[in-house]
Amino acid sequence: MQAENRIIDKSILGSDTVSFTVYCPVIAKKAKAGQFVVIRARNEGERIPLTIADRDPAKGIINITILKIGKTSRLLSSFEPGDIIPDIAGPLGKPSEIENFGTVVIIGGGVGIAPTLPIIKTMKEAGNYVISVIGARNCNGLIFKEAIKTHSDEFYTCTDDGSEGFKGFVSDFLIEYIKQHPDKKIDRVVAIGPVLMMKAVCDVTRPYGLKTIVSLNPIMVDGTGMCGSCRVEVGGKTMFGCVDGPEFDGHLVDFKLLSSRLDIYREEEKTAYNKYMENHKCKMSQ
Amino acid sequence: MQNEPVKNTRKKIPRNKIAEQNPSERVQNFGEVELGYSEEQAVLESMRCLMCKNPKCIEGCPVEIDIKGFIAYIKDRKFKEALEKIRDKNTMPGICGRVCPQENQCEKACILGIKDDPVAIGKLERFVADYENTCKKNTALHTDKKEYKSKAAFGYDLDNHDISTAEIKTGKIKTAVIGAGPAGLTCAGELAKMGYSVTLFEALHSAGGVLVYGIPEFRLPKSIVSGEVEYVKSLGVEIKLNCIIGKTFTIDELLENGYESIFIGTGAGLPYFLGIPGENLNGVYSANEYLTRVNLMKGYLFPQWDTPVKRAGIVSVIGGGNVALDSARTALRLGARKVYLIYRRTEVEMPGRIEEIKHAREEGVDMVFLTNPVEIKGENGWIKKLVCIRMELGEPDDSGRRRPIPVPNSEYEIDTEIAVIAIGQGPNPVLTQTSPDIALNKWGNIIADSSGKTSKKGVFAGGDIVTGAATVILAMGAGKNAAKAMDQYLKTRAW
Ligand SMILES: Cc1cc2nc3c(=O)[nH]c(=O)nc-3n(C[C@H](O)[C@H](O)[C@H](O)COP(=O)(O)OP(=O)(O)OC[C@H]3O[C@@H](n4cnc5c(N)ncnc54)[C@H](O)[C@@H]3O)c2cc1C
Ligand SMILES: Cc1cc2nc3c(=O)[nH]c(=O)nc-3n(C[C@H](O)[C@H](O)[C@H](O)COP(=O)(O)OP(=O)(O)OC[C@H]3O[C@@H](n4cnc5c(N)ncnc54)[C@H](O)[C@@H]3O)c2cc1C
Ligand code: SF4
Ligand code: SF4
Ligand code: FES
Repeated sequence: MQAENRIIDKSILGSDTVSFTVYCPVIAKKAKAGQFVVIRARNEGERIPLTIADRDPAKGIINITILKIGKTSRLLSSFEPGDIIPDIAGPLGKPSEIENFGTVVIIGGGVGIAPTLPIIKTMKEAGNYVISVIGARNCNGLIFKEAIKTHSDEFYTCTDDGSEGFKGFVSDFLIEYIKQHPDKKIDRVVAIGPVLMMKAVCDVTRPYGLKTIVSLNPIMVDGTGMCGSCRVEVGGKTMFGCVDGPEFDGHLVDFKLLSSRLDIYREEEKTAYNKYMENHKCKMSQ
Repeated sequence: MQNEPVKNTRKKIPRNKIAEQNPSERVQNFGEVELGYSEEQAVLESMRCLMCKNPKCIEGCPVEIDIKGFIAYIKDRKFKEALEKIRDKNTMPGICGRVCPQENQCEKACILGIKDDPVAIGKLERFVADYENTCKKNTALHTDKKEYKSKAAFGYDLDNHDISTAEIKTGKIKTAVIGAGPAGLTCAGELAKMGYSVTLFEALHSAGGVLVYGIPEFRLPKSIVSGEVEYVKSLGVEIKLNCIIGKTFTIDELLENGYESIFIGTGAGLPYFLGIPGENLNGVYSANEYLTRVNLMKGYLFPQWDTPVKRAGIVSVIGGGNVALDSARTALRLGARKVYLIYRRTEVEMPGRIEEIKHAREEGVDMVFLTNPVEIKGENGWIKKLVCIRMELGEPDDSGRRRPIPVPNSEYEIDTEIAVIAIGQGPNPVLTQTSPDIALNKWGNIIADSSGKTSKKGVFAGGDIVTGAATVILAMGAGKNAAKAMDQYLKTRAW
């Protein structure tokens, strides 16, 4: 029998993104599109939220895809198949709202591409006409391309440097797309990625009154509504990202507050990161 | 101290002071503030007890420990017997002796207290628990591991229990306990002792509830809590961490999976905020977040431990209970040079333990009474000032305490770099949202009768999730009562 939380497979996607298949039978069975897990990578570790990017209940596995940005994401990225992740709790958060809306545009940016995959799949299963748009700095960042393409009716890529697909941001692509397809009635937009990208997409869709759902990534601790670290403002009301979200109506989200709150520990994160890299280098040079 | 006090001077022994780290030193560390009684002090303190015919102290203890009985053993230096006496009613004396609000419970009722200071019941209770622990540590060095284990964590001799490990057989009835706080741990331990198979589900990565994530190390060392958790495990309880009931499993799924009775002890884990402008500015914490980062996640050891917590020169804590006091004293230990505790009533109405109010004051917490924040002002996203209004006390409200009323046009500002909101916690709805057939009151607490019975067959609840934020000993009492009622239910199936 497989041990719980054991990493079954690892793939390296581009220079800064790693994808793990982890044996987590209970979560694999329970998880729905849009939900996340909270992970601790070591005994002294912090609790970080990561989206369940894919799952297979029959095999008891889930996929998590991690962008290496700070200490914990780097530490986790250094895990190898066979290793066991000490703590995985979930599935947390509200599942994505899935219905047959008609035509949906699903936009993923950067590591935010990963969590769009289960949403694309379930939206398609629910009978929607799915237009998927993924964007990254360059072609190496266009992760999960094949899987997303397979489950989409239309599929587009964007890169900042033009190395693949549309040259520019996904939000620029969306403006073009809407202009060029005036006949197409879009019923819903889902955008997941960096705060600036989600905000830009909402700015594009607002004048058209296109309902746009975004998945927020505030700093979390428990992920169960116990601490309030994940406070966000939506429609002028304070909500807890972990239990009231992570998905919200993007036109109502206070993105400025979200960005600001993501900066709370910037200094501390730098300290932790530098210390980690120092130790890491020492080990490598030994 | 050398002379045995003679009977008629017994009352003259002054209450024995417990050794403490001195305030200027202790604010520099997270070590325990109180160092405990020595053997001599404990015995001397026990001599203060009048051995009343009608010992009121016992009525004052929510779990009715035979206080007079255990104190008599201390007097005879029979510390092991004293501990056993306590354990008849309370399995966590090391914790209760430290955190019970004795001044409202056992010591409030103590007859000696009418004319003199009451007997230091809590300190004696903690002494016997610690005494056992020290002995155990010493013997553990000399005995082999297996034997040490069978003695169980806290003085319990498993062999003396109604259910010895030999009797534990497969095919036992399965029960589930949700939440590993004092209520859940007690209930699980009791059920295991009765011979049930018990699985304890805990949302966090560590068991103990508020005892690990809320109450700081300097008041309750985490090694004591883990000792209790190990003891519960040694009784055969299986603890499943990282399981959020309502998410990972629902109550109905547990029932379908063969758990025949369930106890819910999920506590009061929903932080309340003031609802004033500026509360989402950077640097404004709920006490739950602040304390969790520091205690559970060991933020005070950052960067050796990975979870950061903000350190700042001026910290304002809003509230007047234990949670506020713990936050304020934590802020000092994180290096703040000025810590305000802002409370809308006066010291008399403060719900915190008297001892902790005293400790906080000694450590230099600046208590600002009759004051309430009305706005938080910021700059570039970070908190800068609290706008406060002065209050005066009016007529008593429902709680019997005089209601604070704002004094018009009395607003003033306090510079602050961090604010910690510690105005109370409510019931977390993650579990109850997925079990609509468990009836709740208007605040969202589970409705349960005195035995813990809820509106759903086979499901019991107790502790803070039922009563709202209360005390450790009440939560433990509720867990114990519920275990008895669950046993009854499982035997009769009557609801
Ligand atoms: C619901 C949710 C789902 C997420 N899913 C994914 C995912 O699938 N893949 C992925 O790579 N990342 C995901 N994130 C973000 C991920 O949790 C953070 O990247 C991670 O915590 C960073 O940790 P670190 O120590 O490596 O970086 P740090 O050094 O801690 O931080 C670097 C930057 O990341 C941001 N950050 C820090 N801590 C958190 C936190 N707890 N939550 C969110 N942002 C944080 C801050 O803006 C910070 O400046 C998700 C976040 C949320 C809230
Ligand atoms: C900072 C602070 C200081 C305090 N000081 C004192 C004091 O000095 N003296 C005193 O007597 N009392 C004190 N109290 C109050 C006391 O700690 C509580 O009354 C007591 O812990 C309640 O016990 P409980 O078992 O009901 O809940 P908790 O201790 O809250 O435990 C509940 C447990 O359930 C878990 N849980 C919650 N939801 C779920 C779910 N859905 N699935 C699985 N697990 C879940 C939680 O993670 C937690 O571990 C203090 C409280 C705080 C916060
Ligand atoms: S459990 Fe608490 S109330 Fe009871 S005797 Fe001990 S300290 Fe006093
Ligand atoms: S009431 Fe006080 S003096 Fe009397 S038995 Fe109890 S502890 Fe001793
Ligand atoms: S992460 Fe603690 S409440 Fe959301």
